[in-house]
Amino acid sequence: MADQVTSIVQINQLCKVFRIGFWGRRVTAVDELSLDVRKGEVFGFLGPNGAGKTTTLKILMGLIYPSGGSAMLLGRPVGDQSAKARVGFLPESPYFYDYLTGREFLKFYGHLFGLWGVALEKRVDELLEAVGMVHARDLQLRKFSKGMLQRVGIAQALINDPELVVLDEPMSGLDPVGRKEVRDLILRLKESGKTVLFSSHILHDAELLCDRVAMILKGRLVASGHVAELIDPGTTHSVEMVIDHLSPEGLEHLHPLAEKIVAQGHRLLAVLRHPREVDAALDIIRTAKATLISLTPHRSSLEELFIRLVKEQQPAGEPKP
Amino acid sequence: MKVFSIALNTFRENLRDKLLYNLLVFALLMIGSSALLMRLTLGEFHRLILDIGLGSINFFGILIAIFVGIGLVSKEIEKKTIYTIVSKPVPRYQFLLGKYAGLTLTLLVNTLVMVIGLLVVLSLQDVPIHLVLFKALAMIFLEFMIVTAVALLFSTFTSTTLSAIFTLAIFVIGHLTADLKAFGQKLDTLGRGALEAIYYLLPNLERFNLKGHVTHQIDVPAYDLFLIAAYGMAYTALLLMFASVIFQRRDFG
Repeated sequence: MADQVTSIVQINQLCKVFRIGFWGRRVTAVDELSLDVRKGEVFGFLGPNGAGKTTTLKILMGLIYPSGGSAMLLGRPVGDQSAKARVGFLPESPYFYDYLTGREFLKFYGHLFGLWGVALEKRVDELLEAVGMVHARDLQLRKFSKGMLQRVGIAQALINDPELVVLDEPMSGLDPVGRKEVRDLILRLKESGKTVLFSSHILHDAELLCDRVAMILKGRLVASGHVAELIDPGTTHSVEMVIDHLSPEGLEHLHPLAEKIVAQGHRLLAVLRHPREVDAALDIIRTAKATLISLTPHRSSLEELFIRLVKEQQPAGEPKP
Repeated sequence: MKVFSIALNTFRENLRDKLLYNLLVFALLMIGSSALLMRLTLGEFHRLILDIGLGSINFFGILIAIFVGIGLVSKEIEKKTIYTIVSKPVPRYQFLLGKYAGLTLTLLVNTLVMVIGLLVVLSLQDVPIHLVLFKALAMIFLEFMIVTAVALLFSTFTSTTLSAIFTLAIFVIGHLTADLKAFGQKLDTLGRGALEAIYYLLPNLERFNLKGHVTHQIDVPAYDLFLIAAYGMAYTALLLMFASVIFQRRDFG
C-alpha cells in the first residue's frame, strides 16, 4: 500500500487505438504501456517522434480516452476534476490565445482553478518573475517569440502551484540558452518538492535532469529505470584529447594509441582507443614538451542506448522512423 | 464561475477580432442608407425604413452568429488551445456553455449598437416607434441564439467549412419549414411523413419573424410571444445538450 501513496502517476496496460481515414483503419499509438512516476522525482518519457509520448500524456490529461488499460493521477482515475486541480500541463509546441497579454493570459488560467482577486494578481506577478517575463506582461501573445511562448506556457502550467507538472517536449524549438533555462526551472521544481514528468526526444537533456526515464518505441515500453542503471558503465569509453604544438616524433608515438587523429594547424585532436592509454599519451606529450589543452572522457550515453534499441526493433530494410 | 471566465475570454476574443467591426460598420451603413432610399420612394416611407432596418439587423446578426459561431469550438481544436483548457479542472460541458455565452454576449452588444442606429434613423425621420418593434427585435435575438447553438453543435464534430455549410443550410431550411409542411400535404403518405419529420425536427425560424407585424403596426399578444420564446429557449437548450454529449465523447488527437 505504501507504494500506492508514493505513486503520483500510475499507468497500467494502457492502450490507445486510433481509427483513421474513411475506412477507419486501426492504428495503435500506445500498446500495453505500464509505468509509474513516484513522488518528488523528475521522470523523463523518451522516444522518437511518433512513438506515442504525446498520446500517453494526452490520456493522462483527459484529452483523449484510452482504448484499454488504466491510468491514475495522484491516486485518482484520469479525467477526475479534483486530480486535475493539482496538476499543471504544458502541451507540445503550445498554441495560446494570442489576443491576450501575458498578464491576461495567466489570469484567465488562474480563474479556471478558481483563483481570483489579490491572491491571483500576486501569483501572476510571481510567475512572470520566475520565468523572466516581467517585461512582456502587457504585450499581446501574438508578438511573442517561440521561447517567450514556451516560458509563459510553463508559467501557465504552474499557476495552481501543482504537485505534478507534466511537460510535453518543453525543450523543443528552444535555443541553447532557452533549453538551459527550462532545465534550471525543472530542477527548481524538483527542489521545491514537486514531481515532474516530461517527454522529450532530446536525450541529452533527459540525461542531465532525470532521476528515472522510460523509453518507448511504437507505443511499447522498451526500457525504463534509473539513468545510471540504463547507461552501462562498463562499455565503450573513449577519451578525447586536444594537444598544441606536438612534435612530429611525438605524433609518431601517439599514432598507435589513438583511434583517430585530426590536425588543424598546430592543434591536434586525438581520440584514444581506451582510457588506460591516457597515462602513456600524457608521457608522450610531456617528453615532446607539447601542451595539453583538454582531456574529455566520453561516457556511453542514453543516446547510444536509444539508437541501439531502435536498431534492434527495426527489421532489416525498413526505413528509420 | 469557470463558465463566466470562459465566456468573458470569448467575448474579449470577439472584441479584438476585426471581422466583427467590419460587419457592424456595414450594418450601420445599411440602416443609415434606408434614410436615403426614402427620398427615391413614393409613399410608405415608414414601412421602408422599418423593413430595411430590421432586415439589416437580422441579416448581419445571423452572419455574426454563423461565422463566429462555427469557429467557437473548431478553432480551439484546430489551434490546439483547447488542450490547455480541457487539461484544467473544467468539465467539458462548462467549456461549451462558456463559449456559447461569450458569443451570445457579443451578439447582444452588437445588436444593441445596431438597434441604437435604427432608433436614431427612425427618430430623425419622425417615424413613430411602437412597442411591437421591441418585441420583434427580441424575437430576432432569439433567432440569433438558436442559429449560434446550431453552429456550435456542428463545430463540435466537423471542420469550420462544413459547419458553415450545414448551419447556413439549416438557417435557410428553417425559414421554409412551414412551406415544406404545406407541400407535404399534397404528397403521398411517405413523402408527407418525411417532410413532416423535417418540419418538427428542424427549427421553425419563420416563427421568430415579426417584421410584418412591425411594418403593419399589428401588436403581438403576450401569450403568443411567450410561446415563441419558450419554443426558442427549449430548442436552444436541446441543441446545447446534444452538443455537450458529442463534445464529451470526443478525442482531441
